[in-house]
Amino acid sequence: MSQRVTVNNTGPMTDGVRLDRAQITVPITSDLDIVAARQRGRLLAVELGYTATQATLIATAISELARNIVLYATRGEILLTGANDGARVGIVVTARDQGPGIKDVPYAIAGGHSTSGGLGLGLAGVRRLMDVFEITSLLGQGTTVTVTSWKR
Amino acid sequence: MTVPILKQRDYLIASIQAALTDADLKHLRDALVAQVGDYRSRGVIVDVTALDVMDSFAVRTLRDLAHMTRLRGAETVIVGIQPEVAFAMTQLGLRLEGVAAALDLEEGLAYLDSRVKRGGMTRQRLEG
Repeated sequence: MSQRVTVNNTGPMTDGVRLDRAQITVPITSDLDIVAARQRGRLLAVELGYTATQATLIATAISELARNIVLYATRGEILLTGANDGARVGIVVTARDQGPGIKDVPYAIAGGHSTSGGLGLGLAGVRRLMDVFEITSLLGQGTTVTVTSWKR
Repeated sequence: MTVPILKQRDYLIASIQAALTDADLKHLRDALVAQVGDYRSRGVIVDVTALDVMDSFAVRTLRDLAHMTRLRGAETVIVGIQPEVAFAMTQLGLRLEGVAAALDLEEGLAYLDSRVKRGGMTRQRLEG
């Protein structure tokens, strides 16, 4: 059973979002890769002219997403891409794994039920750090989380 | 990346120099909890000025470290959380939950001095 949930904090996503052709792929297999992924994400944010504060929010979100991969799926990848919807510049982060999948997606992304720093807090927190949050999870097949942060 | 731990008076000071992996953070936690006993320290300062990201794992590990050293008789204070990091932590819903924080090393030392004053007085009496 596939579950797909999209949360958009900045109004409806326009169809005109174009992804840059250059995509950075960071394989995630250990906690070392978590650091590498978030550093690469911060670098991209700085290259695109994001403020230090927004770059930190993006790096923190990447850290949480990469850790979920290590914790729950063992291996996966983080994809980083610049984006553009005509009016705004953005960064799209995709965290993809072929792990066990999430049984109850709405529960996993609902805030406030976990203070342990586990999956619940991670995903709910990532939702608050980024503008657009989309998750697709298929039991036994894996999970893909795609988040976007628009430059302010 | 091993974090250097300095001993100053009754305190241990750990200055994080660069980004830490989860394993590095756990190692730091365990080293400080052990060294509080080795050096009979009354206080611990963890300087996180160099950390550009504090995610849920980092915050939980620092919280655990503070609670574990408290059980060993030493107070812990986290110093140097950067403004952007504080903002991201708050957005993420992360709390230090009863763990002390101070602006910088100087403020951290002042905090510990105020907290472990009673111990200092006892020792003075013994020495005198």
